[in-house]
Amino acid sequence: MIEIRNLTRLYNGIAVVDDVSLTVKTGELVVLVGTSGSGKTTLLRMINRLIEPSSGQVLIEGADTATLPAHLLRRRIGYAIQGHGLFPHWTVAQNIATVPRLLGWPRPQIDARVDELLALFQLDPAQFRNRMPHRLSGGQAQRVGVARALAAKPDLLLMDEPFGALDPLIRAKAQADLRDIQRRLGTTLILVTHDMTEAVDLGDRIAVMDGGQLVQYAPPARILTDPATPFVRDLIGTGDRALRLLSLTPVSDVAAPGRAEGPPIPAEASLRDALAECLWSGRDALPVAGGGVITLDTLRALARPR
Amino acid sequence: MTGRWMMAIAGMVLAAFLVAPDRFAPLFQPLTRNGAPAIYQQTSILSLTLSHLGIVTVAVLASTVAGLVLAILVTRRSGREFLPLARTVTAVGQTLPPVAVLALAVPVMGFGTGPTLVALFLYGMLPVFENALAGLTGQSPQVAEAARGMGLTPVQRLWQIDLPLALPLLLAGMRLTAVISLGTATIGSTVAARTLGEVIIAGLLSANTAFVVQGGLVVGILAVLIHHGFQALERRARLRTGLD
Amino acid sequence: MPRIQPPAVLFALTGLAGLALPLVQLRPNRIVPGEGIALAGLPGGAAITIVMAVVLLAACLPRWTADLRLGVAIAGLLAVLLLLGMAATHLQQSGNALARVSPAVGFWLLLLAFGLMAADAVGRLRLSLTWRWAMLAGAVGIAAAILVSGILDGVSVMREYASRSDLFAREARAHLTLALGSLGLALLAGIPLGIAVYQSPRWRGPVLSVLNIVQTVPSLALFGIMIPVLGWVAATVPGAGAAGVSGIGAFPALTALFLYALLPVVSNTLAGLTGVPVAIRDAAVGLGMTRAQVLGQVLMPLALPVLLAAVRIVMVQNIGLAVIAGLIGGGGFGTFVFQGLNQTAMDLVLLGALPTVALALVAGIALDLLVQGTRRPAP
Repeated sequence: MIEIRNLTRLYNGIAVVDDVSLTVKTGELVVLVGTSGSGKTTLLRMINRLIEPSSGQVLIEGADTATLPAHLLRRRIGYAIQGHGLFPHWTVAQNIATVPRLLGWPRPQIDARVDELLALFQLDPAQFRNRMPHRLSGGQAQRVGVARALAAKPDLLLMDEPFGALDPLIRAKAQADLRDIQRRLGTTLILVTHDMTEAVDLGDRIAVMDGGQLVQYAPPARILTDPATPFVRDLIGTGDRALRLLSLTPVSDVAAPGRAEGPPIPAEASLRDALAECLWSGRDALPVAGGGVITLDTLRALARPR
Repeated sequence: MTGRWMMAIAGMVLAAFLVAPDRFAPLFQPLTRNGAPAIYQQTSILSLTLSHLGIVTVAVLASTVAGLVLAILVTRRSGREFLPLARTVTAVGQTLPPVAVLALAVPVMGFGTGPTLVALFLYGMLPVFENALAGLTGQSPQVAEAARGMGLTPVQRLWQIDLPLALPLLLAGMRLTAVISLGTATIGSTVAARTLGEVIIAGLLSANTAFVVQGGLVVGILAVLIHHGFQALERRARLRTGLD
Repeated sequence: MPRIQPPAVLFALTGLAGLALPLVQLRPNRIVPGEGIALAGLPGGAAITIVMAVVLLAACLPRWTADLRLGVAIAGLLAVLLLLGMAATHLQQSGNALARVSPAVGFWLLLLAFGLMAADAVGRLRLSLTWRWAMLAGAVGIAAAILVSGILDGVSVMREYASRSDLFAREARAHLTLALGSLGLALLAGIPLGIAVYQSPRWRGPVLSVLNIVQTVPSLALFGIMIPVLGWVAATVPGAGAAGVSGIGAFPALTALFLYALLPVVSNTLAGLTGVPVAIRDAAVGLGMTRAQVLGQVLMPLALPVLLAAVRIVMVQNIGLAVIAGLIGGGGFGTFVFQGLNQTAMDLVLLGALPTVALALVAGIALDLLVQGTRRPAP
């Protein structure tokens, strides 16, 4: 569990982060979202003390992070940034091995870990191990950057706009993969983005920052249906929030007993997918793979604030 | 701002020294031994300074004209073939030590101001050429495209677009050339050119530190003044073209 | 009508001028002026002149490929050197023992023509790094072989060398010691200083201004001032004299060169370090490297190409400036240059100036290749 208590950072007397408190449960994916200058990146960088707080505390599993030497703290916390920051003079394997090497892992263990991570990120170890960063595509470099952050099995992973440099097609896939890997490893993840759609798609909870202050900290559905301030409402944009809301719930959660005609929809598809399929195929109800149906009426009801 | 004041003060001290060097004798006296003169007397330092500046000015102007013309030629369509060669020659030429170039000019030209002038001219051409080339080739393709699109002839493009835009870099090249020439010209007095090197060498030969220091100071202050003068011109040129 | 290669026309014109003008100069003794003799004026020279003129003109034809041109240029360079040697030997035999044969303007023009042709061809061939290293090694090897073979022994510069070969070896060592020693010292002091001003930006302005001012002091004066200053230090600071500080000999020259070398080393170290993208530095710190680890494992390796560029600048600059040491008794090739100027013995001037130029050229090209070898493509 990560506890952020009354964290403040002043620059020339002006609070860039102003008395922010929030708690992240173990295994959760929390997204810090806000416009540029909202203090979200500063907040993230105070967690691994790339920026020292002016006041307040960060507790990891109850232990105050200020008591550790900063570089030892950072070796326990994974860190991945926009544009990935790979070291251009080291191979992919050397890049991924950075923190294990700093921690003095034995060589065979490091090699095994590098191969394991490459495989996890769908990069063939034999092909990519000795490649130099400049010969990676944007998507590959991004994955290596995340693999490097995860190398020493950190309990906490911090990411600053990790998908910022990717084009939209690769980004969607990278987001899905990250979500998948985070679930599988059970890593606590705090991610910074300015993109509300990304926040809604990825976050278990979203922390909205504005002018250095935390204006709302809630699950995505709550943010969409009940924005705390006009600023949050502007940030989510009201045009397609019904669709966004539907996209948060998988079909299997609301499937009711019954029968319907036509080809079934996969159980893990979202309600938004189900709505699209209904409209496209002109049906009022769809059978769900593995049993049950989903009806247009259900969808209509769920697309409104509860 | 403080920089400008310091330049002004340095310039005034230099002017005062050149007009009445003997007034400064007490300042240099501690550097002499056995009652040697504190101020160089054989020739007036003012005339040496003027001759020194004259040689440097002629050399810099000649290098600028030649370097610029060459840079224009190799960037025209008909001269493109020479561009790679010109780059290579410039790179190689700049590795040649100025002192050695000076020494090599003597067997061909004999002693006097001539070899110094030629060495300074040849050596000074390189920075001007290199910078003029960078200025003429470095502008954004949109500008060139726009100029062509508006129907400017190649000659009009050169005079109205390319050269004005290359001006800041050309001035930077002239600054490099001027500062290098100023220092190298002092060595010219070893081949009997009339420059401030005469004062320094007289000091070296008679172990009179006062001469070495006063010769060095005059050249040094001139170099700083010229360096800053050109930088001010460059800044103005850059401001005009909106590059800053 | 095939298009004619414009650069080749320039080479041909230069070469033809060289053929028409005196190849060598024959003087009754070491210091008096003499008469110029063109290649055609030597026995068998007329035929060689015609062959060379034809080759130079033929090279203008567009059919010729770059490697063919390179071959012709190399052959031409070798031929010009051999002709100089043979002319010297021939004229020596027919004249008195004191007579001197030195290269004249025709020789230099021919050398320039074929040299430019070679440079142009090498530029067009876009050779790989390995090939360019091989070519540099080959050129140095061939030049050394020609000098050792004795073909040029009749030429005045080589006779000047023959009469003082021991001295030459000593001054060559002294010159290299001055240039390399001051470079080494400048790296030892300049890299830490560059790192220091990188880490505390407040000091950047002051340190760089001081070093800039040092550069404006004319070399002659800086060398000269070092003598009394270091003499005073050796006499007054306890232990300085014992540590090797001295106002006479090579030490003042070494110190002056060191001071000149400091600015490029410090400013390029700084430029190399500040040139590392923020994301990379951030990642290094964020992954938990200590300050020393960030510097040693990430920043310095990435700054290396820029630092090597400084080494190139300093190396070439110091080889040239070390000549001035000859004027203040610091040794090196400058000793010959200034002795020669004093005695109006131009052959002696050449004995000092030519090795300096060759050394600077080879060092410049070698370090350029080294810099290119370490430059990495951006990620």
